[in-house]
Amino acid sequence: MDEQPGRVIEVEDLSVRYGDEVILDDVSFGVSRGEIVIIAGTSGCGKSTLLRHMIGLGRPASGRVLIGGVDIATASDEQMRSVRRGIGMLFQAGGLLGSMTLGENIDLPLSGFTDLTPEMRETIVRVKLAMVGLSGYEDHLPGELSGGMRKRAGIARAMALDPDMLFLDEPFAGLDPITSAGIESLVQEINRGMGTTMVIVSHELEAIFRLAERIVMLDISKKGIIAEGDPRALKESPPNPHVRHFFNREIE
Amino acid sequence: MPDKEGAGGSISISAGEKGEARLSLAGRVYLDDVASLTRQVGALFAKNPGHLTVDLSRLEEADTSGAIFLLTMEDEARRRSIPFEFVHMPQQVRGIIDLIDRDAVRPAPFPPRARPQGFFEAVGKITARFFDDLGQTITFGGTLLSEVALGLLHPSSVRWRDVVVYMKKVGVDGMPILGLISFLMGLIIAFMSSLQLKQFGANMYVASLVAIAMVRELGPIMTAVLVAGRSGSAFAAEIGTMVVNEEVDSLTTMGFNPIRFLAVPKILAAAAMVPLLTLFSDLFAILGGMCVGIVGLDLTFHTYTELTSWALTVKDVLNGVIKSLTFAVLIAGIGCQRGFAVRGGAQAVGDAATSAVVSGLFLIILTDSTFAVIFNYVKW
Repeated sequence: MDEQPGRVIEVEDLSVRYGDEVILDDVSFGVSRGEIVIIAGTSGCGKSTLLRHMIGLGRPASGRVLIGGVDIATASDEQMRSVRRGIGMLFQAGGLLGSMTLGENIDLPLSGFTDLTPEMRETIVRVKLAMVGLSGYEDHLPGELSGGMRKRAGIARAMALDPDMLFLDEPFAGLDPITSAGIESLVQEINRGMGTTMVIVSHELEAIFRLAERIVMLDISKKGIIAEGDPRALKESPPNPHVRHFFNREIE
Repeated sequence: MPDKEGAGGSISISAGEKGEARLSLAGRVYLDDVASLTRQVGALFAKNPGHLTVDLSRLEEADTSGAIFLLTMEDEARRRSIPFEFVHMPQQVRGIIDLIDRDAVRPAPFPPRARPQGFFEAVGKITARFFDDLGQTITFGGTLLSEVALGLLHPSSVRWRDVVVYMKKVGVDGMPILGLISFLMGLIIAFMSSLQLKQFGANMYVASLVAIAMVRELGPIMTAVLVAGRSGSAFAAEIGTMVVNEEVDSLTTMGFNPIRFLAVPKILAAAAMVPLLTLFSDLFAILGGMCVGIVGLDLTFHTYTELTSWALTVKDVLNGVIKSLTFAVLIAGIGCQRGFAVRGGAQAVGDAATSAVVSGLFLIILTDSTFAVIFNYVKW
């Protein structure tokens, strides 16, 4: 497969198995620079698994994932380090280290991968926390925060090194409408302001229509992509009944 | 919502002609009533009625358990080929019955029974799992040792703040209990041996017995067992919980090496503290022996210390320290490995902590025996 210009992520024939169980079968798609792509689908269809494999947290049974032209399965440590430097990831529960305060959590990538002075790092930490609306929470432990706050703090940490790509796993799940809308607009602002490429796993219809330029729909029975494209167009003319059910909130 | 307190379905059964039975349910049938109703209906079925009519006209209300009771009754009648019908079913009850999946009421006709595992299959699986585990542990051990070596060559890459935190947890926090146990060990060894040695008038050898036994063998082992129980399990649980909470994955995606970040400080802290703890344990055991010596054997403080220092050589102490250093790396290493191997949830974390202690103890015994053989052949 030729790499298309502007494509920063290429997933090629990715198959994932846990033991004998096939989770994903021959999944291929690409993400262009500056795009917001949402990976959607019903529960248990392998959305999060796909995301984990896109950032190299799992070993695919076959196929490969290219980030910036680098195959992350065969990349050298050196290459992998520069790939990881360019991506930020928000885990479902935030993924913050429970033994460290929010400030220390966000400082972690800064002190680990930059030569900034402590004062400068402290300023960046303050700014990033303010960006997600958590000013003044530097000295709180993640356990002392609500789920929504933890997710926002997770985004702040993912944004610490100003990555080119942001991967968000279920950033809106289980949040009240106001917090959820806050995270949506945050994602949009980051994307517009810095041109950050966003890959989001979500099944929240509102977020899909408000944010996604493109949606990749997975299906549990096909173990792969059943539809791909602009969500509005897909809703207008669904290519198959499952997609129609999904967009119209119908039971099957 | 109707008040469930005042509930209580009643059943009245009247027999018609030709074994025909008419069953009339009245009131409200809720979860708490189902047991007694089932008994009464069971008694009715035992009489094998020719026809069963269930009149629900006086039934005011039922919850899902009540509805399940009705459906199982219908099912039982069908199974016994008794003609059966519901009459005058109220709207509310019909609504509840419609909610219930009838296939779920009946047990599956041929439940898929798990095939019992044969002896050879079980042995094969256990063996495969053992070698898999062994392979993983060895791989992890190699990675860990190379990371520790890297850390010692490039001290700036080590998170020294964490090292200090774990030194306190492994070392300082463990001192009171270790001191107490060692003191009592020394006391007991001295007391038991003095009973025997008194008969030969060899009381003075109590001091050397305590010193040599503790410093060469028991001190390092006691310390290692205690550290395995306190810290090995804690390392496994801590890292295991981080795996479950995706904290380890988030470290990886941020570009950190989880082993370097989480395991190396623990190994270094244990390697620094366990030998010191061992010396501390030796000291307290000798103090315990000294108590028996002074109180029970009429030795003076001076004599006892003289006898102890006469019995001990630098070699003995070094022996213990070298052993304890090895124990420290093994205990901390296996604790971290079990933690990283956690997959799943809270139960897996508990299993990892248990496994860290058990494997730690096993490794301690294995290594101690190996050292016994080595020290026997290598005279130094």
